[in-house]
Amino acid sequence: MEILYKNLLAFQWEQLVMILIGCLLIFLAIRKKMEPTLLLPMGFGTILVNIPASDALTGPIKELYEAGIANELFPLLLFIGIGAMIDFGPLLSNPMLMLFGAAAQFGIFFTLCMARMFFSEIDAASISIIGAADGPTSIAVANVLGSEYVGAITVAAYSYMALVPMIQPPVIRLLTTRKERLIRMPYEQASVSKLTRILFPIVITIVVSAIVPQATSLIGFLMFGNLIRECTVLDSLSETAQKVLANLITIFLGISVSFNMTAAQFLKVDTLLILGLGLVAFIVDTAGGVLFAKFLNLFMKKKVNPMIGAAGISAFPMSGRIVHKMGLAEDPQNFLLMHSIGVNVSGQIASVVAGGIILSFFGA
Amino acid sequence: MMNLFSLLFGGFYALSASGNAETTLTFEPGNFVDMLGYMGKGMLVIFVIIGIIVVATLLINRLFSRKK
Repeated sequence: MEILYKNLLAFQWEQLVMILIGCLLIFLAIRKKMEPTLLLPMGFGTILVNIPASDALTGPIKELYEAGIANELFPLLLFIGIGAMIDFGPLLSNPMLMLFGAAAQFGIFFTLCMARMFFSEIDAASISIIGAADGPTSIAVANVLGSEYVGAITVAAYSYMALVPMIQPPVIRLLTTRKERLIRMPYEQASVSKLTRILFPIVITIVVSAIVPQATSLIGFLMFGNLIRECTVLDSLSETAQKVLANLITIFLGISVSFNMTAAQFLKVDTLLILGLGLVAFIVDTAGGVLFAKFLNLFMKKKVNPMIGAAGISAFPMSGRIVHKMGLAEDPQNFLLMHSIGVNVSGQIASVVAGGIILSFFGA
Repeated sequence: MMNLFSLLFGGFYALSASGNAETTLTFEPGNFVDMLGYMGKGMLVIFVIIGIIVVATLLINRLFSRKK
């Protein structure tokens, strides 16, 4: 009869708290639809690794972690799918929009300074990359740097990406006047040739890799996915990358990240602080983009709506849509979507570049 | 400043200490200033790279745009 209760008695309160956190992640994924593709596998994995004497922790989840996350493979494969999903058309029509993507990475470097007050240099650098608002980049950078907080960083990155509709609007309203939010930006669609669409991912890969070699894999896999999409002779591969590959990797990524969600690693004051710093990163990213747009307006004849600067964070496509909706709320005839989506995809490129810069500063 | 930090996080420290979890947190405000150099260099590098990409994209657009 002892077999019935022996393992039950081995439960510690910390493990029960972690199982509750796992259930909370599943609840948020299903009920609130917060990044369900990642939070649900992570939540379930958290339950698996916090059962006393769980064979999942020493067996399959550990194997998956070492096969796909410890060596960055899963985030990079996911980037192929993401690259295949992105249409750089709006950005190619107006390349200047990319500057907003650069400005909106300010949160990463501000958070680096904040986090360094509490953490070691390596952990501060890993935490700062939550501001990339890009899950695969956050996981890859934290892993390459060897941070012990990969689990908490992943939870923060994906949770705040899901919370972008709540985080960004108050910051944008606080930093802009109604007059600024009413600025109209007519969209003039420039024709973009097929050759331009094909050359773009190749040129970006060469430029970024040549300057920041630490970002070669990140930018290379993202742009490889985009090249598959744009070449138009690999439609079947493009569709597979966008759907099957991205879905499969997301399942494995979510459940293997939970390898770091044991009570001993997650349940400490450090985790609360990381969640707080992640929020700071998203707020300062948003502020950086908006303030940069306002700064440019000081010199430009044709003013830009400063709200589009906020779309420079990489959370695609939520951030672009939020800016568009805020524009419509102020003026039902103000269509900012193409501009904000252009800025949003530029944020995707800029966040990968920022990840490479962090690696070049603090990597081995 | 340190007292404020202790006041805010003291409870969490006690919670951590009561369980198996260990914390390696410190509080050194001076480190913020030390990292400002990285902030400046990081933002400069990112704007330079994005600037090069913008110029390259404008060139590609000009060279290979559809003829009307």
